[in-house]
Amino acid sequence: MNERIKKLRTQSLEAIPHISVERALLVTEFYMSNIAQQVSVPVRRALAFKHILENKKICINDGELIVGERGPAPKAVPTYPEITLHSVKDLETLDSRPKVWYKADEKAKEAYRDIIIPFWDGKSNREKIFHNMDKEWVDAYEAGVFTEFQEQRAPGHTVLGKKMFQTGFLDLKKKIAIEIDKLDFFNDSGAYDKREQLKAMDISCDAIIIFAERHTTELEHLAEREPDDNRKIELMHMAEICKQVPARAPKTFQEALQHYWFIHVGVITEVNPWDSFNPGRLDQHLLPFYEKETAAGTLTEESAKELLSSFWVKFNNHPAPTKIGVTAKESSTYTDFALINLGGVKEDGSDAVNEMTFIILDVIEEMRLLQPSSMIQVSKKNPDRFVKRTARIIKTGFGQPSVFNTDAIIQELLNQGKSLADARNGGASGCVETGAFGTESYILTGYFNLAKIFEITLHNGTDPMTGKMVGIQTGDPTQFVSFEQLLEAFRRQVKYFADIKIKGSNIIDRIFSENVPVPFLSLLIDDCISNGKDYNSGGARYNTSYIQGVGLGSLTDIMTSIKLNVFEIKKLSLSELLRATRNNFEGYDELRNVLLNKTPKYGNDDDYADEQAISIFEIFYEAVNGRPNTKGGHFRINMLPTTSHVYFGSVTGATADGRLAHKPLSEGISPFQGSDRKGPSAVIKSAAKIDHLRTGGTLLNQKFTPSLLETEKGLDAMVQLIRAYFRMDGHHIQFNVVTAKTLKKAQKNPEHYKDLIVRVAGYSDYFNDLGDELQDEIIRRTENENF
Amino acid sequence: MKGTIFDIKHYAIHDGPGIRTTVFLKGCPLGCWWCHNPESRSGEVFRYQKEEKVNGKIVEVEETIGQHYTVNQVMKEIEKDALLHEESMGGVTFSGGEPFFQFNFLLQILATCKKNDIHTCVDTTGFVDPEKLKKAAEFTDLFLFDLKHFDDNMHIKYTGVSNKKILDNLRLLDELGKRVEIRYPLIPGINDDESDLLRMLAFLNNLKNKYPVSILPYHKIGSNKYKRFNIEYKMDGIEEPSGEYIEKVKNTIKEAGFEVTIGG
Repeated sequence: MNERIKKLRTQSLEAIPHISVERALLVTEFYMSNIAQQVSVPVRRALAFKHILENKKICINDGELIVGERGPAPKAVPTYPEITLHSVKDLETLDSRPKVWYKADEKAKEAYRDIIIPFWDGKSNREKIFHNMDKEWVDAYEAGVFTEFQEQRAPGHTVLGKKMFQTGFLDLKKKIAIEIDKLDFFNDSGAYDKREQLKAMDISCDAIIIFAERHTTELEHLAEREPDDNRKIELMHMAEICKQVPARAPKTFQEALQHYWFIHVGVITEVNPWDSFNPGRLDQHLLPFYEKETAAGTLTEESAKELLSSFWVKFNNHPAPTKIGVTAKESSTYTDFALINLGGVKEDGSDAVNEMTFIILDVIEEMRLLQPSSMIQVSKKNPDRFVKRTARIIKTGFGQPSVFNTDAIIQELLNQGKSLADARNGGASGCVETGAFGTESYILTGYFNLAKIFEITLHNGTDPMTGKMVGIQTGDPTQFVSFEQLLEAFRRQVKYFADIKIKGSNIIDRIFSENVPVPFLSLLIDDCISNGKDYNSGGARYNTSYIQGVGLGSLTDIMTSIKLNVFEIKKLSLSELLRATRNNFEGYDELRNVLLNKTPKYGNDDDYADEQAISIFEIFYEAVNGRPNTKGGHFRINMLPTTSHVYFGSVTGATADGRLAHKPLSEGISPFQGSDRKGPSAVIKSAAKIDHLRTGGTLLNQKFTPSLLETEKGLDAMVQLIRAYFRMDGHHIQFNVVTAKTLKKAQKNPEHYKDLIVRVAGYSDYFNDLGDELQDEIIRRTENENF
Repeated sequence: MKGTIFDIKHYAIHDGPGIRTTVFLKGCPLGCWWCHNPESRSGEVFRYQKEEKVNGKIVEVEETIGQHYTVNQVMKEIEKDALLHEESMGGVTFSGGEPFFQFNFLLQILATCKKNDIHTCVDTTGFVDPEKLKKAAEFTDLFLFDLKHFDDNMHIKYTGVSNKKILDNLRLLDELGKRVEIRYPLIPGINDDESDLLRMLAFLNNLKNKYPVSILPYHKIGSNKYKRFNIEYKMDGIEEPSGEYIEKVKNTIKEAGFEVTIGG
């Protein structure tokens, strides 16, 4: 890493996330104007977007090669009052909370108090949403049965395809003009709506081109004043680049990166979409530029890496928009989930790993930044050396890149009705979500607390935390004579809550469609232009709504425990068990030990437990999959948690697996923390028993200590473990290479770390099984390995 | 027929080639001072009271060491890892204890594995009946063969048995042309005398085949278990070899013309 990149990286790491009211003031100013009242909703949105980009401060950071900031400075985080109106108290909370805090100064609070709140009060999208949700929805939401992604952030959840790396916004303007020309006002009743939408898209093209031009002006100013000759040349070069892109298709490597970055900033300025935005298959997109320029001698591997590094810093300069309330709990992180995809297959199905793939992997390793996130797509056609190169990065222990199964992703997409070409151009974004890049709107609608629904089932529709009836009466389970009866009751409750969730989601979709169209994002995703339809109204070629199931591992253990202990060996009655859980196992230590240590658990390749995972999966799948959404697409399931398993755990009482009240649930499709005792091969076997191909993504976490990857053989074994999991159609696996910090926690709370494996000397063992002295020694050794 | 097994590990990456399922059979005729698994010496299943931490509270739990398995049950456990074995060119390793302690059981599983095309490894002390070794060799792809001390008096002192039979058995495997990997536990002050090591290497050099050597550096992992199982611990004061020292020994072995690895 050279001095320039070091400096940019340090600046980014040290910048403090803080709230900028610049965007909120500009959008308010525009909405107060007369013109805003005279135009259609899409045009109003486009003009607001243009107003922001015409007037926001242009920020060019010292030494950077790729320019463009969402706010006036790195980590200046704008707000979106038209979507979520923060109160002054919200700002104070954001400023003072211990984790994921955003500095909010007096000026920001003043602007909110005096200008922003008075204008937007009662008008924000969030208020519309809550106003439109019915009692059943509110009850379930408050009980923690599900969350709602769109309540304070706009839908987005999409990824750029390769086409936009070959298209300029002037090209799009031409295409829009043709589409407007083709409108048939005599025979098409939707012609007016389409024209307004297309007009809005056209204005959005102008807006982003103006934004780039303003950078040219600023860069030229800076160049004039720049004392350093080299930097002066660079600035002038960058000024030229901003004249070219994004107006025209990029021709060089640097132009390609700058082109994307303007698009990225555009998307996250227009609204606060989930998953920021994402360049997707970056190694595929950049390869032609790299090959052309290295052949011509205008670019070297080193200069390409420097440009990529500067590009990487831009992502890290952009923390997630502010989240509050339940949304902050379900996604308690600054990360905004731009997930760079590498590898996989090309559109013709051949191995896509190329020179660029390895260059980007080098950059990922060297930059070691949390943003952007990175992943590799592994197809059976990709070489092992690609996976092993990645394993060497994973070994360094910052949780990246994560590893995905291309062949499974393609089958998932085909199963959802995508064309083979669109499926091969797809990948995963966000955490693990499957999507067709450049052609699909695939939004996450919210997490779904399977364990909570089971708890409600055990209490005949009542939430034992509040005593409130939130579900439906499916019978008193203490009267049930078979486990199947309980399963059937659970099935009915899941269906009930899925219905509520889907209804709410469909209403919210319409609220966004009517009030917050996104003409800029619509430019980027096919076929919004040719359909003359907004991204939020079904303009995309494919439209998927996901509901994310949470707590599979925990619930599998809970159901296994009840099946075995209550219905089969009849160790105790269900009433007795419920008494114990309601008392949070106070005075039931021996029982709790049986539940924790003597009852089969998911994650050990034990069919007795794992068959419950399959049941839960099928029940959830049946309740959700294939239900229509409002955009011509369907609801699908995936299984990921972000941080919702902690929130969902906090609203769920003690459970029959021995888990105490309010403690986190299992995450993704991983076994409950500490209950997998047979090593990673047993975990992948258990996890592969559900049918990943019928989901839109599953998340599996594995903990490794660095020493397990110390040798070449250890790395090979990791590659082989991945290959074996993917042969069984596993969707995704990520490796947490554990640090000394975690090991210290493991010493304090060994019961949470039963699955932690360490390499000792000539053999591997569970950390808990080692003597204190050795644990200390390994902690010291791990620290040495990490620092 | 049932065997007594004290553990089955499913992601063993240091017990032979590839990723292995390692089956630990109970019972061992040796009593090595440094043994990592003293609970495996007895061939019997036994119970003991273990303290388990449940949410900060200590709960006394009865734990069983060893479990009876039929050949089919063990095969089921091994076959769970079939994909991992295939991907990594791995297989199953029988370790212990001394796997030959339950010879009939071992032989049956080995034969079944071979019938099912599973790569087999036997991790042995070498202190076994040569006739049994010959029979097992028929179904064993690779022997992990321990050489703990070249001086017989010392061997008797530290392991309780003579090394004569062990060395004869190694010659036997050599005659049979079996694949063997030598495992040399490196224990400072106990078996690291350079002249002993050189004599051992000379012995290995005189064999027909040249076998790779794996150094297993001594680690103080056992101590806790000795306390837990109430077994006399004789290794107080013995230090773990330093990385530098291990490298030095590695070089000595390498210079004698052997392929050498550290840690299996």
